[in-house]
Order: sequence, then structure tokens, then C-alpha cells
Amino acid sequence: MIDTLRLTAEEAERLIASGEVSGAELHSAYFDAIGERDEELHAYLTTVAEADGDGVPIALKDVISTKGVETTAGSKILAGYVPVADSTVAARCKEAGLPLLGKTNLDEFAMGSSTENSAYGPSRNPWDPTRVPGGSSGGSATAVAGGLAPWALGSDTGGSIKQPAALCGLVGLRPTYGTVSRAGIVAFASSLDQVGPITKTVRDCSRLYEIIAGRDPCDSTTVDLPEPVAVPEAEDLKGLKIGVPKELNEAEGIEPGVSEAVRAAIELCRELGAEVGESTLPRSVEYGLPCYYLIAPSEASSNLARYDGVRYGIRVGNGDIRTMYERTRDAGFGDEPKRRIMLGTYALSAGYYEAYYGQAQKVRTIIRDEFRAALDQFDLLVSPTSPTVAFPLGAKTDNPLAMYLSDVLAIPPNMAGLPGLSIPCGLSEGLPVGLQLIGPQFSENLLFRAGHALEHALEFDVVPERLR
Amino acid sequence: MSWEPVIGLEIHVHLKTRTKMFCRCELEYAAGENTRTCPVCLAHPGTLPVPNVRAIEMTILLGLGLGCEIAENAIFHRKHYFYPDSPKGYQISQYDEPLCVDGKLSLQTADGGIVVGIVRAHLEEDAAKSVHMGGAQGRISGADRTLVDFNRAGTPLVEIVTAPDIHSSEHAKRFLQLLRQTVVELGISDAEMEKGSLRFDVNVSVRPEGSDELRTRTELKNMNSFNFAAKGIDREIQRQIQVYESGGQVEQETMHFDPGNESAPPLRSKEEAQDYRYLPEPDLVPLAPPRELVERLRGELPELPGARIGRLAEEVGFETAEGLVTSGRDRLYERVAGDRREVANVLMNQFAATGIDPATVNADELAKLIEARDRIPRQAFTEALAASGDKGFSAEAYLGDGQITETRDLEPLVDQVLAANPQQVESYRSGKEGLLGFFIGQVMKETEGRANPKVVNDLLREKLKA
Repeated sequence: MIDTLRLTAEEAERLIASGEVSGAELHSAYFDAIGERDEELHAYLTTVAEADGDGVPIALKDVISTKGVETTAGSKILAGYVPVADSTVAARCKEAGLPLLGKTNLDEFAMGSSTENSAYGPSRNPWDPTRVPGGSSGGSATAVAGGLAPWALGSDTGGSIKQPAALCGLVGLRPTYGTVSRAGIVAFASSLDQVGPITKTVRDCSRLYEIIAGRDPCDSTTVDLPEPVAVPEAEDLKGLKIGVPKELNEAEGIEPGVSEAVRAAIELCRELGAEVGESTLPRSVEYGLPCYYLIAPSEASSNLARYDGVRYGIRVGNGDIRTMYERTRDAGFGDEPKRRIMLGTYALSAGYYEAYYGQAQKVRTIIRDEFRAALDQFDLLVSPTSPTVAFPLGAKTDNPLAMYLSDVLAIPPNMAGLPGLSIPCGLSEGLPVGLQLIGPQFSENLLFRAGHALEHALEFDVVPERLR
Repeated sequence: MSWEPVIGLEIHVHLKTRTKMFCRCELEYAAGENTRTCPVCLAHPGTLPVPNVRAIEMTILLGLGLGCEIAENAIFHRKHYFYPDSPKGYQISQYDEPLCVDGKLSLQTADGGIVVGIVRAHLEEDAAKSVHMGGAQGRISGADRTLVDFNRAGTPLVEIVTAPDIHSSEHAKRFLQLLRQTVVELGISDAEMEKGSLRFDVNVSVRPEGSDELRTRTELKNMNSFNFAAKGIDREIQRQIQVYESGGQVEQETMHFDPGNESAPPLRSKEEAQDYRYLPEPDLVPLAPPRELVERLRGELPELPGARIGRLAEEVGFETAEGLVTSGRDRLYERVAGDRREVANVLMNQFAATGIDPATVNADELAKLIEARDRIPRQAFTEALAASGDKGFSAEAYLGDGQITETRDLEPLVDQVLAANPQQVESYRSGKEGLLGFFIGQVMKETEGRANPKVVNDLLREKLKA
């Protein structure tokens, strides 16, 4: 009997290698779990019954194009859209022999922090189904935490991997911008989108990152990794200097239980041999979120222009072309994409560009410089991933600004193009708290090393209490 | 008051790459509709542009040919507009940091010449082709339905923008001819207007003679020939002068030139001007051409039409020189020995009338023919020119003395050849008419090329009919 709730990808691979189970058996064990629990959790939008590959099965966020398997980005406008080609990351998973379990739920076009913006209904947090799993990669986090996939891929534009990983008690990596191909990933904000793993352990995370990372000729913004991915072994933090940015750790809205768990983890860093000191990122935290909400919607307004009913996806109306465009986009997009398209269109308009998009890009340079200065002093920076634990469904749906603030701590390093790893560091009110580790560009190996040592010392149980 | 026209041009040229600008679909003019497409040029979700390196090199080559500076860091921008021919909802183009800037192209004129500034030459992708079915004007509004062919979507396109340095329709036309020839000779484009691989818009304004102000300009679009352009420009100049002289103001507008009814109805006015919401293309990194590449391409520049016109003008005058160069006949001119003015004259007149591709002509034989021009009947000269592109063309056959043109002299030879080749005669009569050439060849061999081919041809046809 395979315990899908507890089995890590690494253990699963060992079982396959030793011949104890076949890839197909493993796939079907997860498929059974999906049958059992996904009606409640709604992690998946599409499932794939046949195992294609002998490796550890995987779930992919539904922005990741999969040849022959419907890819909707959680939007009605792409209902029924079946890609004719795999995205580069899906192809790399296939080459590595990882069979696809299915496509996971998300906020429409990855815009949101709870999956409540999905056109197909929200996912539910396996720790407490009355609460959100976070978002936008909430379906991938729900699948892994709920034992419906051993590991999964999400995408992170403004915290969409780190935040749901935190809210579901999982490990999530937002890689350095440019290390993972965006070819075939339904675009939200091109200068920020990155695909990354959501897993139960840091070692699993490093292994999945190894499979997907590296230059891709189909994505001009990718680069070769400066060093091979190293699966972490060390269980201490000796020789590491860890900075605690004041503003990221004392931001308004951080729940006391979250602060407490993070403070304990920071103390643990010291015990594991790290040198810990206070750091500061005043402008990054103050301006990160506002800048993000100019840049991301601007790029989104551009990236979503292609959904016009002409070539694929839904089409509404047969009359005049303008009317067809308007009706298709009105019927196809939900409120959040519409809101961001309007924001972005405004910010890019003649006469406003310099004041908004142009200005935000300048501030982005300041944020990058500020992080660089902080990371000159420290090897890594730490903070909570999310100011809160998982919140109840519906708690923030009427207040977009409150929802946006869910990512106030995850966004600043993203604006600087930096990698961030979220690992579970404890519970607050019975719900997982995420610790965000931020490093310089291409420091994934360092993040894995530190994350693994902390994970080992923390002994966090990734199986939701109610499912144990 | 006397008025001076001020004219600037925007020229679009399709690059002759094997594949598209941002995907690897092959470019093939006249391929079946929507057979040269892929997820990238159809703008499927998540697809990303991958620049065509050859297109970048060709643009740099053009920039160098036009004396431009090549940017160290060029940026691609997204230019947004909603239209079915724009699959992504934006065109990838260049905006404030184009690949080539600040060049010039000199045009020789009777009174010395003008220098036309090249403000910029940038690289972009072409749109798809919309075909509007039904409706009044073949335009999208009012059409019953619109069909889109995405084969053209993503074709690499260079836009060349001139400074408003041209002051007559005649110079505009000649500048366009010179630029076209330059582009063709650089090997970067076919620049054929019928195929849409060369298109241009004209900006026109007028100002009082002697002033250097720039008044409101209008844009003429949809020019489909150099002659129409000249006509349209003249008409627009007259219209603007009339507006000013009757106390009015010229409105900034775009006009759609309709050669059929000789009018240019306004397409859109300034109030409707589009906001393209330019955005630096986040899917592409800045284009930083290595200096070694630029220098290598500079070394590959051929002698360009402008320079050749200058050189040939000393021999035959600039007008003929320009005609030779822009018609692509100057290379042949240089290979044909003989009196320079006479050779040029024949090439620009009688030879031009034949429509023969100059590249197929044996220059030595043509030189002999031109040299003998005054000694042979005009008819024979014309016939000889018409045959000058044929394989194995020999001038001898047409040069009166020695040529056997009389039927009575040739008939016995023809009979002799037919008698000697009964099998071929049989084959010809059973339908292999291609053998005519064989018989002609045999007669030519007998006469050492002196037989008049037309007479031989007629005789053979006559006799083989029987």
C-alpha cells in the first residue's frame, strides 16, 4: 500500500528503481487518491488516466502547455484549448520519464493569491478545506499537500509558488529569472514569470529544479546555469551569514503566530552555525508591491491581447469584428484579468507611460540595487513568505487590495529577479507558516543547502494533521 | 506666393530570409493559405519569439549601405493594436532604439544632386493578410466576413524612414527607384511591389518658398507604383497649396490612395490617431550586434548603385547612368565593349524593349552586334537583339555579309539535313516537335552559323509538315 500523503518523490524513485513498484502502479495509486479526495480539494482541472513514462508522476499547473491535454490557464476564454506542442518544461519532464497526472487549478491567468479567481471554482487547503490553499499555484500545492501528486510545477510572477507552498506546508522554489524556460507557459507578466517546483522536501525540490532548469533556445531570456544543481546533503549552516531584513520581518499585517514561527526558525539558524544579523530593505518593501502592480498588469494587458476569439478559444458573436472582440473578451475573462488589463492599458497609454510603467521600471532598478547591497553583506536573507496563514475562502474576495497584500513579502525579491525558497517552519493556529529564503541570482544551490539543513532540524510533518 | 513641397518617405521592405522573423516557418510567396504557420506566428498561448539572426544581419547590411550608425543596443518594442491580422494583438517592432540610425542616400540630379537623410532603418515583423469579403470598399467595416491568411504574419520587414529632404515628386520617384535598386543589390530583398515585398507611404507638406518651417503633413498610403506615387504627390501638393491660398489650414490625416478613381479619400484623421502603447518586448533581450559582425558585414558591401551612377555618369551623363543602374543593366553595360554612349543607348532603348534578362546575355556577342549596327538592316538588328539572351547566341548569324538569307540557297541544305536524319524526321512528325532545334542546329553546323535562323526555321517547319 502506497501512502501517497507521505511518500516523497525521492522515496518514490527508490521504490521504482528497486522494482518494488512500477511507474504505472505509482501513477494509479495517485490516481486513486485523486478519485478519493479531489472532489473535496479540487486540485485538478484535468486528469490523465494513462501513465506516459516510468518515473515519478507529476502534476503541472494549468498554465504549462501540454501537447494533447487541455490547457486553460483557469480561464473560460481558453476553454477547450488543446496545445499542439509541449512547453519546454513539460517536454523536459517527459524526457525525464515523469508521467503526467493532470493539470492543476489556479487563479485565472495566474492572477491571484487564493485560486478563488479560477473560472472553474477554487481549490481547498488540505490542512483545512474551509480555507484557501493560496495562489495562484494553489492547485499544485493542494495536489502535493493532499497526497494527490508526489510533486508538482507551479509558476511564480508575484509569489504564486512561494505563497501557496507556505500556506500548504510545502517547499516551493521561485527560481532565478532566466533559469527556467517560459516557452509554452501561458504568459501573465513576461519579465517576472518563472516556473518552479512545489514539493514535500528541499531535496525533491532540487531534483525537480535540475530536470527543468537550463538554457532553452526557444526562450531568449534563458541562460546556462553557472553551476550544476547540487542535491543538498549538509545538515548545518556553518559559515553562512544570514540577514534578517527589518522591513520584511516587521511589515504591517504580519500575524503574530507567523512572526513567532519565523523568529524561532531564525534562532535555529544560529544554532545550526549561521551568523545572523539585521539587514534592511527600506525601499524594496515600501515600493515593491506598488511597482509590481504597475509592471505586471502592463505586461498582462499586452500578453492577454491575443485572446480575441479569432484563432482559438471561445468566440462570442458573429457580427462586426469589434463587437465580436468585445463580447468574447467580456464573456471569456473574469473580473481580475479585466481589472489588470484596464490597469495595464492605462499605465501604458501615451502620456502616462513615463509616469507609471517607466517610473516603475526605474524603481525596479533601485530595488535590485538595494537587494544587491544587502546580499553583499549576507549570503542569504530570511523573512516570512506570507504575512498570514491560510485564510478562509471568501475572506478577501471582495477586497482586491487586501488580496494583493498577501504577496507583499514575496514580491520584492521577484522584482529584483532573485530566487526565493519557501519552506515550512512551523504552525500557527494549526496552519503551516512559510519561511522565505532569498539569495543572490543563481544561488539556488545555496538556498537548497540552507533549506535542507533547516528542514532537517525543524522536523516539520508535511502531512496535514487532519489527514494523518 | 510660390510654394515648396516637403516630402518624406517611409519604405517597407520584406527581407529575403528563408524563414520568418521570430519563428522558423518557411517563407514562400503564393503558398496555399495558412500552410506556413506554427504556434508562434499564430500567437498560441505561451509561445515566444526567437529572432532570425540572418534578418538582423541583413538589416545591418542595409544600414551600412545607407551609411547609418549601427546601434550598440537596439531594443524591440511591442506595438499594440487589435485587428485580425495581428495575431498577438501587438506587432514586434522597434521604437526609440532602432538598429540603424542617421544615414543618408545621395541622389544625382541635373543641378548637382541632393542628399536625403535616412532617419532610421528598423526591423519588425509583418502582419497577416486580411481578405474582406463583401461590403463596399474591401475594408473591414461593412464587410460580410474577413478571412485571414497567416502565411505573411511574421515576415521580416525593414522600415526605412527618410528625413523630409525631398522637394519634388520627380525626386521622390527617383529616390525610391534608387533605394529599391540598392536593396536588391544588397541581396536582402526582391523588393517587388506586385508581391508586396516593397511598400511605401509618403508624407507631404508644403511651405512658402525660402522658408524652413515644417507645416502640417498628410500621409499617403497604399501607393502601388512609383508612377502613381509621383502622381499622388503632385495632386496632394496642389490640394494643400489650394487650401492655404484660400485661407484654410491643412489637417493632419492619412489618405488611402486609390489609383482607380484618382482620389485620395481620408483614412483617418488626427483625432482617431491610434495609441500603440509601446512596451519594451520583455520576451527578448536587447539586440547588441558584436562589432566584429558589423565590420565583417561592412567588408561584404558591394559597390552600391549610388556610387556606380556617379562613376558611369562621367561616361554617359547622369540621367543615362541612373537609368542603367536602376534598371539593373549597368553590369551588362560595363561588360559590353564599344562606344560608351552607343552601348548605353542601345541598352536603354532597343534592348530594354526586348525585356531580356541582362544576366543571360553574352556581352562579347552583343558588342559585335552593336558595333555592326549601322551596317545591317534595322530588322536584322532587332531580330538579333531579340535573340541575344538565347543560349549559344551568335552575332555572326545576323551580320549581313556572309549571312545566308536566301531561301534558294538554304533549301538544298535543309533537304540534305532532313534526308540524313530520317529517324528524327519520323519522330518529329509523330509529335516530338522539340526536335526542331536539332534540325536548326544541323543546318547551322553546315553553314558554320551563317544561315539566317528565321529563314531556316520557316523552311524546316514547312518541309516537316509534309
